Amino acid sequence: MREITYAQAINEALRESMQKDDRVVLLGEDIGCYGGVFQVTAGLQAEFGPERVVDTPISEAGFVGASVGAALTGMRPVTEIMFIDFTTCCMDMIVNQMAKMHYMFGGRGKVPMVLRTNIGAGRGTAAQHSQSFHAIFMHIPGLMVVVPSTPYDAKGLMMEAIQNDNPVVFVEHKKLYIEKGPVPEESYRIPFGQADIKREGKDVTVVATHALVQRSLNAADELAKEGIDVEVIDPRTLVPLDKDTILNSIKKTGRLVVADEGHRTCGAAAEIAATVAEEAIYYLKAPVKRVTSPDTPVPFSPPLEQAFIPDEKYLVPAIRSLMEYA
Amino acid sequence: MKVQKETLFELYRMMLTIRLFEDRIVDLYARGEVPGLAHLYIGEEAVAAGICAALREDDYITSTHRGHGHVIAKGAELKSMMAELFGKKTGYCKGKGGSMHIADMQIGILGANGIAGGGLPIAVGAGWSARWRGTDQVTACFFGDDSSNNGTFHESLNLASLHKLPVIFVCENNLYGISTCQIMHQPISDIAIRSTSYNMPGVVVDGNDVLDVFHAAGKAVKRARAGEGPTLIECKTYRWRGHHEGDPNQGARYRTKDEIEEWKEKCPVERFARKLVGDKAATRKKLAEMEEKIKADIDAAVEFARESDFPAVEEMYEDVFVK
Repeated sequence: MREITYAQAINEALRESMQKDDRVVLLGEDIGCYGGVFQVTAGLQAEFGPERVVDTPISEAGFVGASVGAALTGMRPVTEIMFIDFTTCCMDMIVNQMAKMHYMFGGRGKVPMVLRTNIGAGRGTAAQHSQSFHAIFMHIPGLMVVVPSTPYDAKGLMMEAIQNDNPVVFVEHKKLYIEKGPVPEESYRIPFGQADIKREGKDVTVVATHALVQRSLNAADELAKEGIDVEVIDPRTLVPLDKDTILNSIKKTGRLVVADEGHRTCGAAAEIAATVAEEAIYYLKAPVKRVTSPDTPVPFSPPLEQAFIPDEKYLVPAIRSLMEYA
Repeated sequence: MKVQKETLFELYRMMLTIRLFEDRIVDLYARGEVPGLAHLYIGEEAVAAGICAALREDDYITSTHRGHGHVIAKGAELKSMMAELFGKKTGYCKGKGGSMHIADMQIGILGANGIAGGGLPIAVGAGWSARWRGTDQVTACFFGDDSSNNGTFHESLNLASLHKLPVIFVCENNLYGISTCQIMHQPISDIAIRSTSYNMPGVVVDGNDVLDVFHAAGKAVKRARAGEGPTLIECKTYRWRGHHEGDPNQGARYRTKDEIEEWKEKCPVERFARKLVGDKAATRKKLAEMEEKIKADIDAAVEFARESDFPAVEEMYEDVFVK
């Protein structure tokens, strides 16, 4: 199969969706002739015109709110927030409007829109362009939260997100944009709430998201040399969460590491750990470990940022430590 | 501009319906039958009635926390509204939204809104949507004086004017953001001048004169439908009650009784009744008959709300997501 990057895979999903459905429009800052700061929308304005691929002013509340109004009245906007850090400028529109309208209105009206944004440290962009607070959106009932880790998943999940009738926060990872992987040319959808077992193993379950998936696979290769057989599960969507796949894996391995780039406190990893504690604690042979970003803002200085980023250097010892429990 | 006699009656009927509905809520709230927050529209009826009379059924509105008047004027049904205010499952939102979240997509009501300034960007999106879908629908966006200090006001006017979107921004300047009077919250008295920054027309109208509002709305709607872009209409008006029904002394803590009484003298409903009678467009008897009919409708709505069931506890879990 041909290989394309994660950014190209999302671009392809957007293009196919726009070709099929006139209701799909794109809004965001610098997404037009510039193609988006990560080139996810490259070429789309040239193909579909400035009316459907709209370069917006720096008005996050304005254009996210406008997307909500457009979705309520029959459109399917896909709206880019350049960095997740900037969602704070439109949090009312996301939390109080987009997420809640269907419920508050007693099922009258729906908000079928996709809010695209990205997380991830590692580009030296410090505390306001590198955050990974996607878990905030898990805390708000009414939002679907999608966390693709591969080009294949990114395309299939984006196709689903656009056709889904609910508001979707589609959280990309900026370090993955240039990563390549096999992606079919034809159209396909990946249903929400279906985790993917990226590697089967019998000793330790690692539930990992985004860039932590590949980092966990690398750690698993490393630990295989020591005879430790690691299973890596990628939930692919945090809301809805495929609890069954996670719990079934715990029942097999009895050991769990949760790996997510969000901060430790109240993060996605904390939520998954709590779910396992409630529903599968008697299957556990060892304490649950979290590998996450620390509870500090993202630091700028390269050695500090490297220490901040949760990757193999933390994953390998965390996974290994669980083997001390029989 | 000559206004048809039926339109005059309809404007009056609408203002009176809103007034009588709200008067009834005063009583029902005091009795504990309407729980939560009730932000009443008494004194501002001419704005909603005048604006919505210039709209078609398929046009849109976005509303505010003080939204009863807007949604009634856009055609909301009194029984479903009353039931919603009672928290009953037969209400507009199945009892899950309440006073601040009445919505009905079928008649273009994109929701009252509990966030001050929250409706402005949504109105811009509805206007954009009409453009994308190739319709000539317009969107009227209601908001208050203090919301014009919110970033969403500026972002929305900028976007709407930049793209010449069919939106009418209707500022209800009732002189107070909760307890903070206009001179304490902004350094201008005419909010309409803010339209200048966004290169759109801005007009000040007497928000207690329903015909003044109606004429301004008509011009703005015409301009919007013709693809010429948005208009900012500032309606000078006043709320008689407190910020909400639980407001101590009905707002007399931050306003003088004289001020409130002065504005009551400018009552938009009675003022228009006098005009209709003075112009021999109606008799007092005919207006009184209209009032009796509306009161009967409101009685029926209250009865319907009282007799309706509360939602079952399991219904709390429904409608979080579209299935």
